[in-house]
Amino acid sequence: MIKVQDLSKDYGDVQAVKSIDFEIDDGEIVGFLGENGAGKTTTLKMLTGYLVPTAGNVEINDLNINDNALEIQKQIGYLPELNPLYPEMSVYEYLEFIARVRNIIGKNFREALSRVVDRCGLQGVVHKQVSSCSKGYKQRIGLAGSMIHDPKILILDEPVTGLDPNQIVEIRELIKSLGREKLVLMSSHILQEIQVTVDRIMIIHQGEIVANGTNEELMSSFKGNTILNLEVRNANDNSLKDLSIAIPNIDVANIEQKKDYHIIQLEYDQKVDPREDLFNYAVSSGWVILKMTPTTTDLEDVFRKLTMEGKADA
Amino acid sequence: MHNTRSIFQREIRGFFNSPMAYIFLVIFSVFNGYFFTSTFFLYNQSDLRSLFSIVPMVYLIFVPAISMGLIARENNIGTMETIATLPIKTHEFVLGKYFAAVVLILLGLLATIIHFITLVKFGTKIDYGALFTGYIGLALVGSMYASIGIFASSITDNQVVAFIIGIFIVLVFFLMGFFLPLVPANLAGIVQYISVDYHYSNISRGVIDSRNIVYFLSVIGFFLIMTVQSLESRRWS
Repeated sequence: MIKVQDLSKDYGDVQAVKSIDFEIDDGEIVGFLGENGAGKTTTLKMLTGYLVPTAGNVEINDLNINDNALEIQKQIGYLPELNPLYPEMSVYEYLEFIARVRNIIGKNFREALSRVVDRCGLQGVVHKQVSSCSKGYKQRIGLAGSMIHDPKILILDEPVTGLDPNQIVEIRELIKSLGREKLVLMSSHILQEIQVTVDRIMIIHQGEIVANGTNEELMSSFKGNTILNLEVRNANDNSLKDLSIAIPNIDVANIEQKKDYHIIQLEYDQKVDPREDLFNYAVSSGWVILKMTPTTTDLEDVFRKLTMEGKADA
Repeated sequence: MHNTRSIFQREIRGFFNSPMAYIFLVIFSVFNGYFFTSTFFLYNQSDLRSLFSIVPMVYLIFVPAISMGLIARENNIGTMETIATLPIKTHEFVLGKYFAAVVLILLGLLATIIHFITLVKFGTKIDYGALFTGYIGLALVGSMYASIGIFASSITDNQVVAFIIGIFIVLVFFLMGFFLPLVPANLAGIVQYISVDYHYSNISRGVIDSRNIVYFLSVIGFFLIMTVQSLESRRWS
């Protein structure tokens, strides 16, 4: 369990993280979403004891990072941003080194090794040099190193950045399967990535957490308007003009005359659904509906809105 | 302690997995061999004095060169973050790195044993005691320069910068003795005490005085503590 209270970090005059609070329970996969420079990495560096907070409190499994950094570091696994590795070592040597530091030797190491090799799909590269592995493999080597001691908590900073689509899917599946037994906190600046991988999303913007909730919770709290595109044939000017009078709660945003049909763009609150009324109106006015496509706000709009406008309540 | 050993082993392996250690050992031996043998047979003396005076000068370049990457490279490739978030205390990390550099220097010294064999073969009335303390002195000077090198390596993530800073600090200690005639009399004692040469020449003459040993150990201790401090201070940046 991770508990963060009033956590702040200043770099000189720049406030990178501004008094943030959050909690993560065991078994959750939480995504930390924000633009580059929003404060994600700084926060993760404070959670893992790499940076000392300017103010505030981090508690991991009831241990305080200021007093028990070493004990916390024993219990967590951390994959830093850009996944630093020693290029001249073999994969085996690297994992052996990490394991040794974590006091996993002999039979325990052999067990741990076969577990992470299996889990991260490293079978083919164990005795290869790290520098000769592909980027996707390097990422898995980094992950394997961070979980060699089977930690209950995994903190992954941008684990899929720079991978190709197939590799992204593989790492994503790996993280999801890890999340069944561990607390996973992963950061990303790619919304789609976070959305499909995690249970809960925290959006950080300019050092503040501006939203925190599940995909659905975030969407419902930010419901904007639905935009509906309607293509109709046989519409005359009068019936078009009367449309907004006949159906309440809609705005006619745009009407475009095409060769033998009209494209009407309507906007209405997401809480109402005027499609049935529209259909009836079309029938009574003699329109032929060719197409009716509503587009609702998605998380991307929410994200954009939050990070453009600043803090909002979630 | 096992962390220090893990760091040490990784570093030694790193030295020998890359051309680094081999280049160092070969060039170090060739340098010393050339300067030693070019005068050894001329002087017609049964000692290694010319070796003992040349090695500290060869050190001036070589020790900063082997220690420049110790920490700067970890900063540069980002593995410092991995290390710093593993359950390793900063001083364990620094000691592991430091011992690796010292061992490489001692291996370099070991290669000069060939000159010792030459001496035993051709020389007469050899003063084995002075030879022994001479090697002790070389080991101490090398270890001291390595502590300066690792400190220089800890304050930057650029190995070339670390190398230059390392040479600069080492030179300050090395040249101190030469400036002795230029400094005011009341400072002379201090300057003399700081100078490496003053302590080293005592030892290599065959006198092992605790004051000289204390000097080397305290300089080494000072720079290792500074290294730990400089790494710790990064966490607060």
